[in-house]
Amino acid sequence: MSYFIDRRPNARNKSAVNRQRFLKRYRSHIKRAVEESVNRRSITDMERGEKVSIPTKDISEPVFQHGPGGRRTVVSPGNKEFAEGDRLRRPSGGGGGGGSGEGQASNQGEGMDEFVFSLSREEFLDFVFDGLELPHLERKQLRVLEETRPVRAGISREGVPARINIVRSMREAHARRIGMRAPLKRALREARDALETEERKDPVLRNPSRIDELKAEIERLEKRIEAIPFLDTYDLRYNHLTNQPMPSNQAVMFCVMDVSGSMTQAHKDIAKRFFLLLYLFLERNYEKVELVFVRHHTVAKEVDEEEFFYSRETGGTIVSSALSLVDSIIEARYSPEQWNLYVAQASDGDNWDDDSSTCLELLDESLMHKLQYFTYVEITPHAHQALWEAYDMVRAAYPERFAMQQIVQPEDIYPVFRELFRQRSQA
Amino acid sequence: MTRRKPIATGSDWNFEVLEAYERAIAELAREYRLDIYPNQIEIITSEQMMDAYASVGMPIGYHHWSFGKQFLSVEQAYRRGQMGLAYELVINSNPCIAYLMEENSLMMQVLVIAHACYGHNSFFKGNYLFQTWTDASAIVDYLVFARKYIAKCEERHGVEAVEQLLDACHALQNYGVDRYKRPSPISAEEEARRQEEREAYLQTQVNTLWSTIPTRAGGQDAESWHDHENDPLGLHRHGRYPSEPQENLLYFLEKNAPLLESWQREIVRIVRKLAQYFYPQRQTQVMNEGWATFWHYTLMNRMYDDGLIDEGLMLEFLQSHTSVVSQQDFDSPYFNGINPYALGFAMFSDIKRICEAPTDEDREWFPEIAGSDWLETLHFAMHNFKDESFIQQFLSPKVIRDLRLFSLVDDDRDDSLQVEAIHDDRGYRRIREALSVQYALSAREPNIQVWEADIRGDRSLTLRHVQDRRRPLGQSLFPVLRHLHQLWGFPIKLESVENNDIVRRYQWPIPEPARESA
Repeated sequence: MSYFIDRRPNARNKSAVNRQRFLKRYRSHIKRAVEESVNRRSITDMERGEKVSIPTKDISEPVFQHGPGGRRTVVSPGNKEFAEGDRLRRPSGGGGGGGSGEGQASNQGEGMDEFVFSLSREEFLDFVFDGLELPHLERKQLRVLEETRPVRAGISREGVPARINIVRSMREAHARRIGMRAPLKRALREARDALETEERKDPVLRNPSRIDELKAEIERLEKRIEAIPFLDTYDLRYNHLTNQPMPSNQAVMFCVMDVSGSMTQAHKDIAKRFFLLLYLFLERNYEKVELVFVRHHTVAKEVDEEEFFYSRETGGTIVSSALSLVDSIIEARYSPEQWNLYVAQASDGDNWDDDSSTCLELLDESLMHKLQYFTYVEITPHAHQALWEAYDMVRAAYPERFAMQQIVQPEDIYPVFRELFRQRSQA
Repeated sequence: MTRRKPIATGSDWNFEVLEAYERAIAELAREYRLDIYPNQIEIITSEQMMDAYASVGMPIGYHHWSFGKQFLSVEQAYRRGQMGLAYELVINSNPCIAYLMEENSLMMQVLVIAHACYGHNSFFKGNYLFQTWTDASAIVDYLVFARKYIAKCEERHGVEAVEQLLDACHALQNYGVDRYKRPSPISAEEEARRQEEREAYLQTQVNTLWSTIPTRAGGQDAESWHDHENDPLGLHRHGRYPSEPQENLLYFLEKNAPLLESWQREIVRIVRKLAQYFYPQRQTQVMNEGWATFWHYTLMNRMYDDGLIDEGLMLEFLQSHTSVVSQQDFDSPYFNGINPYALGFAMFSDIKRICEAPTDEDREWFPEIAGSDWLETLHFAMHNFKDESFIQQFLSPKVIRDLRLFSLVDDDRDDSLQVEAIHDDRGYRRIREALSVQYALSAREPNIQVWEADIRGDRSLTLRHVQDRRRPLGQSLFPVLRHLHQLWGFPIKLESVENNDIVRRYQWPIPEPARESA
């Protein structure tokens, strides 16, 4: 009568679609909550999900109900001291007292006005980066590369046994068998009918030679039908694979930061958050993202992450040193043919007087041709200096691939980031 | 009877042990004449249990955001440890599908098998409401059909259009049941075939209704309806349509809403059919849980007496059983209404007691069952009642005393609450009456019916709310009317009627001048 089934290996995300529907429906609510939380929490813990709450009244599913008022009788358990006819003060705030049978007001004050739920990390980041896009992804993807991968490309008549498409082969065989048998079967039926009519005739009228002839014919046809092969090499079909060029799915992100004396730890924190956001964003678009940290004061140096953010340096500032180092690293290790290259630079805007024009030259002549995108954030409450002006000219020359923004406080990071990567209309 | 060896000890389970226990329970259940559908017992993980929860007990559901909302709230509560998942979930189908969570201990699994696979299962098969309103062998097929059909509509008409329609239907799903007509069971294939036929015919039907002038209804009713002052020529002297008030709002819309397209009608129908499937469950909560709890308790004790389970397991069971049937007092911070497990278990146990060891009080109150065969009586009670009538019939003074029930009258014309009855001789009957009403669906939900569709005038639809003891409609009224308006396509009017007087009128869309003054 009873049997057990182990369903544990089955898929466990049966509700995923419904969950997505819900998130989609309350998109604006959730987005607001996510934006608040991005500004509130330190960007270093972007890696976890987020608790989101939505006012219950916004997501209620209305049904006809009794409202408070009128006369109702409620039966409750646990009488201790009441006697019939006792009069009690109406509990304050309870409106019309208990409901009717079910849904008595919750005593746990929380959780009634707000519908609270958690977003997973993926969903959270989806909302964080919602409406943003990496500019010029398509350019690199269209470029033909040596890398290829096999993809399904229909059915072919030739192939290796390992790729036999059984269903298609059997279908072909079936069709062939039907096709080849049909005329034989028809002839066979006719011969049998003829034989039968012949045999039904009066023995005197029978034509023995005709009967023998028909019998031989039937035998011949039966043999031929039997000889039709169940599966012929002609029937075989193979899954066909072709090699398709694979778009490059790897990116390098160069983090360039000024570490001269004028950059305080607060500046660096802001820069770090900005880099992190960019990193997370790139990570969602590419399978593999490599990071290169380049810091500079008067000379540039490639360092590891720890040193990049936390070692202290002093001295003047020559931005071009970093840019030329980036250029040489690209030459040495990251061919633009195979890598999507991104540079994110953070600085307080200081630069050695004559250097800004060198930067302009370097960018214009060499770097900008290789890069996917260059973002520059200037972390300063003060007026812009020569570097900003030089970069402004680069922006004018490469409006599609160069972006710059100013950040004053940590709260600006997310809005600035959104501004830099805002989805651009195709116009 | 010779004591047998325990089938297993400890808290770990495996499939052999579960099967052995299942066989033992089946054997005992036969002895107690529990008639069941075949069991399909599925072991699932806690995540899968949350999925099952979210689809409100349907093994296969169509997609809708509200199920996602349900899932998120369950997930959140579970993750934060505010709530344990139910140990089981059982579906009224044939075979009867029961979900067991893998995290459960051996005791839990055995308890759940007894509770769900024999308790609930036999209730589904035996109770008259389930027999009348649901068709266990067709439901899974129907759910498959519904899911496919709605997915097809989403493809064809867009997710959003379907979602809005479902929102509107869900708002009315409690009013999608024929209470008096027996529905006929059909399979998914049959349903799909009929659906196509319906699609073709239904639309012509609706057009016919709206294009022909209804025949003049003769008789008193039409006459009394006629307003001689304003309509001396009798242009509007015709029968009301529908001639009888219709309680099944969704059915009425499916058949009569002028503007719905055929696929929309079909979706209205799907929601209506599913509402009907759940209709008995909403009316037999106390009985269903009480019955299942009574049987897991009885079966576990029998197995212990027979030596099939050891002391350790039994103690663990008793602890768990006790918490299931605990009833918080009304003034406790954890009070959350009457626990249906507690009330149902107390009542079924008490029926058994009345049969086996009746007191003088029982003989006076229950002359027919006092001293009768308890198993016979219990089965009779399970087969033929719903919560409302079950309480009316079987709530004994002893249970009222044990639970210390009291009834409180809350009247908005009175500035204090009044204790109407307590657990004493004068109060038993009144408490029984009040509790029975409390579980009556007709008292829990406002009584709203279709009164008139103005097919000759502005096409407005008028509903009547029969108000009971001056209890008004709640605030959610207008959102529901809005949904109703989406389905009907023309203005919706609602009248609250008490003692034949119209006490309030509502309208959607809200007329312009009213909006200004509001």
